[in-house]
Formats: sequence, structure tokens, C-alpha cells
Amino acid sequence: MEHFTPVSALVGGALIGLAAAVLLWLNGRIAGISSIFSGMFAAPSADTVWRALFLLGLIVGASLYVALNPAGYTPRAGFSPGLLALGGFLVGFGTRMGGGCTSGHGVCGVARLSVRSITATVVFVLAGMVTVYVARHLLGVQP
Amino acid sequence: MSRNIAALVAGLIFGFGLAVSRMVEPAKVIGFLDVAGRWDPSLLLVMAGAVGVMFVAYRLIVRRPKPLLAAQFTLPSKLEIDRPLLLGAAIFGVGWGLAGYCPGPGIAALGLGTWEAPVFVAALAAGALAHRWLFERAAPDTGAAASEG
Repeated sequence: MEHFTPVSALVGGALIGLAAAVLLWLNGRIAGISSIFSGMFAAPSADTVWRALFLLGLIVGASLYVALNPAGYTPRAGFSPGLLALGGFLVGFGTRMGGGCTSGHGVCGVARLSVRSITATVVFVLAGMVTVYVARHLLGVQP
Repeated sequence: MSRNIAALVAGLIFGFGLAVSRMVEPAKVIGFLDVAGRWDPSLLLVMAGAVGVMFVAYRLIVRRPKPLLAAQFTLPSKLEIDRPLLLGAAIFGVGWGLAGYCPGPGIAALGLGTWEAPVFVAALAAGALAHRWLFERAAPDTGAAASEG
């Protein structure tokens, strides 16, 4: 796997921004994936179907790209299921407590120049950097 | 109906973009967070591309009186930097650094045949439900209006 991939990063990022713009322009909604996902566990409402279809689109869209370009995806091998589950739980819990994730705060909120979202984004990026430093370099539990 | 199709199309573009940017590969994400190792700035450019497009689009879109297919814009209303925001973002960042997935890529990877995606998404649901049981029992779901997503 090549290391720094600037072109695919910028093009993919622009597509993510376009997707967020489409959802706002057509439906007036923020593409905040942690909220859309956790909304699936709320009581059924007028939002349930579009949320489910957005999430289905995420899965199909990524699969479509990998089907067209199999060399563009390298799954990770040999990662610890326990570490993955612990990480996933904290992501689920923390994004609900903080009201958003990389998409809602990081993309949409930062683009709206929301001070709340910019603050959250700085905090979760720094926390992620400290975590990788501790897990990979101090404790050696992350490959 | 048209709103549901719009959401599906937005999801398709989002998922396609996540795969193009290779953010569905947790090694790329951890490579960005690993500033003490062999740092990979790719994620920074993904954010720059996404925020750049959305920055311009947001300003053009919210000038309109309402969205094309809905009665009004549903935008986050909170302004204060409170403890849940800071603590929640920090907890999210720790989980993100441990797993290498945030919610979007974890869900998008469900169709890519890796065992990691269903494990991550099940844990993601458990974490969101744990928060609901602990903190949201008194207040029912208020929808997307109150949070950024």
C-alpha cells in the first residue's frame, strides 16, 4: 500500500462534501452519520426510512467503488477483535455524548464555522493522536 | 418518497467518496493519527476536500428559503461548549484511535467483506445504546435538530 495518497484523498473528500451538500440542498438535513445511525434505534418516525436508505447508500457506494477498483482497497489483517470492539463501543458512546462524529462535526460543522463543531473536531483528533501514541508506541498493543 | 431517494443518493455518493479516499481502511486513519510514527497526512486532505466543497455549498444552499424537497432546513441549534461536548469528543477520539474507524467508514465497510466491519458496527450500536440508557431515558429522541450528527 502506498503511503501518502493526496489525489484520492482530495477527490474522495470532495465527493464526501458533495454528498453532504446534496442531503442539505434536497432534504435540509445535516449528513451526520452517528446521529443517522443511532436514529435507527429510536422509535420509528418520519425519519426512519430516509436514515435507513442513507446508510444503505453508504454500504452500496463503498462496495461499488471497490467492485470497480479492487486494487483500491486493502483490508487490515490480524487486528485484535477485542481492541476493535472496545474502540467501537467508545466511538458509539462518545459520539452520542458529544453530539456528532467526523461527518457531523468534522465536515458539516467545520464548514458551517460552528465553534462547537470546530472545538469537538480539535478534541477528537488530539484524543485520537494521544491514543495511537499510547497504544502503539508506549503499550505496543496496536500493530 | 423523493426525499427517501435523495437520502439514498447522498448515501451512495458519501460511501463512494469514503472508499475513493481510502478512509474505509483503518490503517490509513491510524497512519494519520500516528504523528510519532510514519505520519500519513491523507486524512487531512480528505477533510480539506470535504470541508472545501461543503463550505461553499452550505452558503449557497442556506440562502434559499427552504430545501428542494422538505419544508425547512433542520440545522443544529446548540451553541454552548459544554462538558458533554468536550468529554464526548474525547471519548470518541480514544475509540477512533483504538479501532481506526469512525461511524461512516465502519458502516460503509459492511459490504467490503472484512470481518472487522460487523464487529465494529455492533460495538458502535452497543455504545450508542449504552449512552441512551444512561442519559436519554428522561428525554425522548429529539431528532437531528439538537445535535450536529
